[in-house]
This record gives sequence, structure tokens and C-alpha cells, in this order.
Amino acid sequence: MSATDRLTIAVPRGALFDGTLDLLDRLGVETAEVRSNDRKLLFEDAGIVTMRPSDVPTYVEHGSADIGIVGKDVLLEQDQRKVYELLDLGFGRCRMVVAAREGGDPIGEALRRLGRVRIATKYPRLAARHFTETGRQAEIVEVKGSVELAPLTGLVDGIVDLTATGTTLAENGLRVMEEIEVCTARLIANPVAHKLKAAQIDAIVAGVRGP
Amino acid sequence: MTYPIPPGTRDVLPEEMRELRLIGERMRGAFEDAGYGEIHTPALEYEEVLRLGDASAAGARYRTFDEQGDVLALRSDMTIPIARVVATRYEAAEPPFRFSYLSRAWRATDRGVGEPREFLQAGVELIGIPGAEGEAEVVALTIAALDAAGLRRHRVGVGDGSLYARLLHAFGVPAEAHLPLLEALSRRDLVGLDMRVAELGLAQQQRELLARLPELRGGREVLERAAGPAAEAVESLRVLHGELERRGVADRVIFDLGLVRELGYYTGAVFEVYDPAVGFTLGGGGRYDDLIGRFGRDLPACGVGLDVQRIHLAQAAEEALA
Repeated sequence: MSATDRLTIAVPRGALFDGTLDLLDRLGVETAEVRSNDRKLLFEDAGIVTMRPSDVPTYVEHGSADIGIVGKDVLLEQDQRKVYELLDLGFGRCRMVVAAREGGDPIGEALRRLGRVRIATKYPRLAARHFTETGRQAEIVEVKGSVELAPLTGLVDGIVDLTATGTTLAENGLRVMEEIEVCTARLIANPVAHKLKAAQIDAIVAGVRGP
Repeated sequence: MTYPIPPGTRDVLPEEMRELRLIGERMRGAFEDAGYGEIHTPALEYEEVLRLGDASAAGARYRTFDEQGDVLALRSDMTIPIARVVATRYEAAEPPFRFSYLSRAWRATDRGVGEPREFLQAGVELIGIPGAEGEAEVVALTIAALDAAGLRRHRVGVGDGSLYARLLHAFGVPAEAHLPLLEALSRRDLVGLDMRVAELGLAQQQRELLARLPELRGGREVLERAAGPAAEAVESLRVLHGELERRGVADRVIFDLGLVRELGYYTGAVFEVYDPAVGFTLGGGGRYDDLIGRFGRDLPACGVGLDVQRIHLAQAAEEALA
């Protein structure tokens, strides 16, 4: 847990960055310095640390940040993290989907003929869980870059990825086959901070909920 | 040349060992002073005997076979072995029994760095004293033992592991709907909990109570804030507060109405131990009134187990802040 009585907030750089800073502005947290400086990571005056989105649960679980803002997609992938998920913040709405090449049903085809399907994703745990829960055998291929490329080159039969508008999928000749989950930004807290900094955290929660 | 050891295990070298030993000895001293005799049980037990205590936790253990082909398992805590000892070795003796331990236990881990497979626990079990009286004794001793170990800012979170289920029952929520709700609560997924509670079709007031209960944490005032049916449900915690006050430790305790511990054998009060210098819990425990009965002697009991290495980390972190 961070040493001061004030909260340390983990803020994700990336797609949720602006929405997060707007939210913090409304809660009275000073964000001007964070907005004006995109190289600096630690803003002690404001009590803000900025980081790659997938690192937010790590810092909050360890207590280096007391609370954090992170996409549900990251939480689903890192479901072993011991953090409290306090609020659905509503912004940053995306869908976690299974997608495959347009025309035909490459996933169904692979399952029928080969007994398993190959899936590329940046979310290997989530993807494996989804296919297990739906009773299908899947070989998960973890990729780091553009997932859309994988089915186009024949690496896999389909992908599991996050999509906001579906534009990138469509431009690459892919279409959504299944929706796994709707993902929005969430407020998370360190379990110990949730007890020992209860008043400060409750003030944030009340601020988000509004009057 | 370096040779690996399994992830989650570690070597301890003399400098650290001296400090760990000191913490352990001081805690052992505090337990002994309070009348808790130290107990030792084998690291390896028959798996089927451990399973009597808690079937769900047994699956996570390390197992091997002996010469006869019987399955042996490494214990994952000391509570179940001590329950076995009480039922078999103290079959006719007059309770209460007070036991302490400073022992290693093993748990499986599916996580990366930081989650130990092998850990050293210091703890106590108080057997034969029911209700708030027993719980307050264990909480007060937990605080005293950590004082002795050199911590200054530690607190104990106290909740009632059966509270939520009792509320669901009181609101007439069908039994098959309980599990997903309790799972969300136990994962601390308050968004998921809110969503599932909304699907139950309850009255506004009941819905709010179920969704917001995990937010009720703090001093005695949270017990006052628990309104309506929750007010009755927290009556046992109110009695416990009185006992803690009598022992002069009430200000070190945080009541937490959303607190549930993962282990399956807790039946009532549950504890978690925190230090503001670190972001993880130092240990926990609670009341387990059915466990010893599963081994054949029906006795109420409660206890606490603390991770010595985490206490060491908290101590170092407290020093760094001072």
C-alpha cells in the first residue's frame, strides 16, 4: 500500500487514457501535468502513476498503487490477480469477440473435420477459458502484434480480440462470429487499501456514482 | 553453475534466517505466555484423512505414494492436522485446548512470481470456547504476537463468513442462486455482484443492501450503519466488539461486512491481518465449529495463521517508512 494517507492512482496509457483523465478531473484530481507530459510516468503531486494498461492490476495487487482504472478485458485475462473490482465506469466500451474470415465458417469447419480449432489472440487465458467453457477444443496461439493478420496468412482459423467499432476487422476481411463479453473501464482497488484507506476510496466511489 | 529450485520455493541464507528466526521466536513466546502450547505434526499425512477436513482444498496439495500404495499429501495448513490431533489424542480430555505452531505448509500455485508454494506459518488454535469470547481471545493474541514480532501498525479485519448467505436466505433468494453471488463476493468482483443482485428481482432496499454490503467496513460505526435485516445479522459482531473492547484491542480492529475467507471450513467470524506498509494480507483465520466434529469430536474452535515471511516484509517496510 502506498505510504501516504492520500491515494496513489494507477492510470492506463492507451485507449482509456483520456477518459480516465476526464474522470479524474471531475473527481477533483489535478491532471494538467499528466496531460502535458507524455514521457514522465510518476506524478507525485497528483498521486498518479501512468503505465501500460496490462500493468495496472499488477501495481494495484502489489499495493504500489491503491486504486487503478483498467479495462475489463485486462481483468478477464488476469483473473488470478487479487484486486477488488469496485465500479463499472462505463466508458471505453468495447466487445471481446471471436472473429474469422468472411464467407463460410472456418471455425466450425476446423472443429468438424480436425476436432480442434486454432485461435490467435493477445488474451490467451481468456480465449482458452471461453473455448473450454463452450465445450470446444482450441489450440491457442499467442501473438503480440496485429491479431487480424493471423487468419489471413493461414496461421489460425480464427481470433479472439477486442473491438470497438469493428472497422479494423472489416477492413481485414474478418467478421464477428461470437461475442464473449462487453468490456468497459473498471475501478479496481488493492484489498488492504480498501480497508485501511476506506474513507478516501469511498469518496472516489461516491464521486463516480454522483449525487 | 546455477541449479534451479521450483518456482515459489526459496533458499534462506544466514542473515535473513536470523531475522526470520527472531520473529518466529518472539511470536512463539507470545503464544506460550498466553498459555498456547506448541504442537508439531507430520508434514506428510494420509490424503484421505486431510480430505475429511476439507475436500475442496485437498486437491491443491502435493501428493506422493508410500510403500503400501497409500496416498500421502503435504499439509496445506495446520488447522486440519490439529483438528485431527484433538479428535484422536484428546478424545477424553476436558476442553478448552490451546495450541500454537510454527510450521511449514505447502500450497499449489498457478501464479507467477511472489506466490509461495512453501511457507512458514505461526498461528494458534483455540478449541472449546464458542462465540465472541473465543474469537476475541484469538484476535487479541494475534495483535499481541505481532507487537512482539516488532510490527507497530498492524490491524485485524473481522467479518462474519456466514453473514451474506444468511441475508440471501432471509430475503428468500433460492438456494441455487447463492453460489454465483458468493463467488463474486469472494472474488471481490463488486461489479459482477451488483449485476447478479439486480437480476434477483428483489425490493430496492434489499437489493442495495446486498450490493453495498462489501462497502461497509471500518470501526464500530459500520455495525450501526447496518440497517434492517443486516442489523440482526451483525448482532454477533456487536457482541464481539464488546469483547474486543474489554480486552483493549477494539481500536486495532476493522469490521468488514463483506469479508469472506476462501477456505471451506469457516462457519462464523473470519479474520484477515493487515499492515499499512504492505499491500498484501499477513494471514487470517476464523471460526470453524464443524471441522473437529468431522474427525469425531464435536467442539467449537477458532484460530489464526500468520505468514512469517510476510511479517518480515511488513517489518522491513515499516522500518523504511519510519
